[in-house]
Amino acid sequence: MRKFKESIIEKLIIVCGLASIFFVILILLFLLKEGLSVFKTAGFVDFILGRKWYPISEPAQLGILPLIIGSLLVTFGAVVISVPIGVACAVFIAEVAPSRIKELLKATVELLSAIPSVVLGFVGMVTLVPWIKNIFHLPTGLTAFSGSIMLAFMAMPTIVSIAEDALYSVPKTYKEGALALGATHWQAIYRVMLPAASSGILAAVMLGIGRVIGETMAVMMITGNAAVIPTSLFQPVRTLTATIAAEMGETVVGSEHYFALFAIGIVLFIISFLINVTADLFLHKKR
Amino acid sequence: MLVVSVCIWLNPLFAASTDSMQIKGSDTMVNLVQSWAEEYMNINHDDFIAVTGGGSGTGIASLISGTCDIAMSSREIKTKEIDMAKQRGIEPHEMKVALDGLAVVVNPKNPVDKLTINQLADIFTGRIKNWKELNGPDQKIVILSREVNSGTHVYFKEHVLRNNDTASKKEFAPSALLLSSSQAIADEIASNPAAIGYYGMGYISKAQKAIAVAKDARSAYITPTIDNVIDGKYPISRPLFFYTKGLPQGIVKSFIDFILSSKGQEIVIDTDFVPIKR
Repeated sequence: MRKFKESIIEKLIIVCGLASIFFVILILLFLLKEGLSVFKTAGFVDFILGRKWYPISEPAQLGILPLIIGSLLVTFGAVVISVPIGVACAVFIAEVAPSRIKELLKATVELLSAIPSVVLGFVGMVTLVPWIKNIFHLPTGLTAFSGSIMLAFMAMPTIVSIAEDALYSVPKTYKEGALALGATHWQAIYRVMLPAASSGILAAVMLGIGRVIGETMAVMMITGNAAVIPTSLFQPVRTLTATIAAEMGETVVGSEHYFALFAIGIVLFIISFLINVTADLFLHKKR
Repeated sequence: MLVVSVCIWLNPLFAASTDSMQIKGSDTMVNLVQSWAEEYMNINHDDFIAVTGGGSGTGIASLISGTCDIAMSSREIKTKEIDMAKQRGIEPHEMKVALDGLAVVVNPKNPVDKLTINQLADIFTGRIKNWKELNGPDQKIVILSREVNSGTHVYFKEHVLRNNDTASKKEFAPSALLLSSSQAIADEIASNPAAIGYYGMGYISKAQKAIAVAKDARSAYITPTIDNVIDGKYPISRPLFFYTKGLPQGIVKSFIDFILSSKGQEIVIDTDFVPIKR
């Protein structure tokens, strides 16, 4: 009886796993079906490297280079901010903090991931944006930098919790060995623990990036949405995700613009696929 | 997508009862039409009117696909859309239900208070980049615009940037910030002395200053007020439309009769739009 139960559960799990693969493939096929037709009219290279995004003009100009660079720039900024803080936070939780503070910190970080991004976006819009405008004397505070800061908040929980797991999974003997050889606590963390956990930490960073590049609502609210090729972090940018979200509502179904939005979806799909594969490679290297 | 599917799902529910209808479309008009619907339902207790936004394009699209009874639109229906409707055996019927003056607004700290249509076109296409070219302070102009498929954005592009010239290829400067709502533009204007934006008159408050606009350098500069819009003096105003399947009948007709009555047009003023007549 027990064996029977077990085999049923096992099969259920296999079915669930296969189903998720199946759904991902279906989504990809749907994206390709809807999005590929735009390449017939606009041309793949012109679409990716075009510098002008005027989707509703006659004839439409569909170039998403500014959007791609906008997405990458915001993501880059978010990574630069969130990775050092996130990893430091993970080290603190895993190694330094006394157990009470440890629990409190963990709960807080998890709570951070539960805040809906639209709320973070709104808070950013009314507090962060005016600050940035005043501090840096910019013509407007709706910039890639504001987006990066808000996104860093969103990437942090992912980075902290996975990096922390990676640190925990380093065998205790490594640290004990280092301490026995006369290393200080800090040296043991810096020279032994971090390198030993490096593949897990890299995976944490990659998953954080994945979270950031797909984020939509907050970036749409605070990056200003100007489809220009940015020359600095302190300029308004428009991201791939925000473009889809902002324009999907009113596109005529079946128009070139509609297909172009799906083509943006394909580009996003490819980017997040690459990030996830990279993260996976790092995670598996560890084992 | 979700809204559309919910709409399709709800449609049979509404169709089953004869005294209910679905109005969909322009985000600009949602508040106005909602007020009309509430007042109408106060008078006619048995009737039910559901009003949802989504944008002019969405409204017209759902009129064509038969998922709403009235499409509200802040722009005229396109020939393409009429053709699509006719293919499905629907003859869209157009009605003007109110007017909307588009105010061009700046921060009250900005000394610039009047501009011509040409100057506006030069600002929004990015040819004029600094307020000092308009006798203002030496400050870079921050252009604020609505999203590319908002009816307001399209109207502004066609009637201000391109000055009604259909052959014109002028576009908003790529550096224009596209904000997702009129309220977002109002908030940014209120806190940014270098910004310029546009939206329906209803959003003007003390935190923004409306610019007086002239057709050309020789014409008078007109401020966006209700009277100036009704008289047709203010150069950037537009009609707001309802589209129905064929001539309105039943509850659709009685609702439209209500909004065109003096009571209905009073509500227009209450919601900061402009009535068709006084």
